[in-house]
Amino acid sequence: MDKIPILKLGEFLLVTVQVDMHDRLAMTLQDDLTERIVASHARGVLIDISALDIVDSFIGRMLANIAAMSAILDAQTVVVGMRPAVAITLVELGLSLPGVRTALNVEKGMELLRARMREVEPGQTAEGQAAYGEGRVQQADGVE
Amino acid sequence: MAWSETLPLRSSEDVVTVRQRVRMAADREGFRLVDQTKIVTAASEIARNTVIYGGGGSATIEGVEKNGRRGVRITFEDNGPGIADIELAMKDGWTSGAGLGLGLSGAKRLSNEFEIVSAPGKGTRVTLTRWR
Repeated sequence: MDKIPILKLGEFLLVTVQVDMHDRLAMTLQDDLTERIVASHARGVLIDISALDIVDSFIGRMLANIAAMSAILDAQTVVVGMRPAVAITLVELGLSLPGVRTALNVEKGMELLRARMREVEPGQTAEGQAAYGEGRVQQADGVE
Repeated sequence: MAWSETLPLRSSEDVVTVRQRVRMAADREGFRLVDQTKIVTAASEIARNTVIYGGGGSATIEGVEKNGRRGVRITFEDNGPGIADIELAMKDGWTSGAGLGLGLSGAKRLSNEFEIVSAPGKGTRVTLTRWR
């Protein structure tokens, strides 16, 4: 069965959707990504959809699901590269993609993720503490 | 020239094929990119409904003309359980399954003409037309 590759770039994961996704492939990507976020301790996910010539309600829902699930797993999702015709059509379709952050391209998306991480973690990082054997007393969920 | 082709709709791969063929049809009829994207997206929504709710069926894509305007029409047919309350099914956000409930209403917004014929036990036929 075919799969969409997930690349690791430092603490981010990059997914470049290069095929016209059928629904099962989209579901597989959703499952694979959540597993990879946990396995790789990724803090951010970039989904490049610049090769997609449509986003219908199913693919839109997949993007929203990925954003929601990664947020629960303490990773930010940014969808990048949406074509203008796709954006116009999505709005008319009635899909506003709540909770999905977007950026113009991979570079801008990466900047957005880095900026978000600086906001979330001022000073010492959770990983730094864990590395000193302090255990996992402090969860990152108390940040306002 | 009038032309048409009928494609099977049994799986999610067939939905992708229908999308690609509708794209080619819209391109052949000289649609602008945004209009191509709209009719392909509308077709994708209804094609998925045909597979999931209709238990499979077919899509007929044709080039049409009215008052000198060219367009693309897609007719989706299935012999599934049919829709008891079409008015309710057309509402934004209403779904009998696990979807978002945007398929029918969204496809209607993305088409210039939209027709749905269905009754319980009689299957469903949805016709979408978009003019250039």
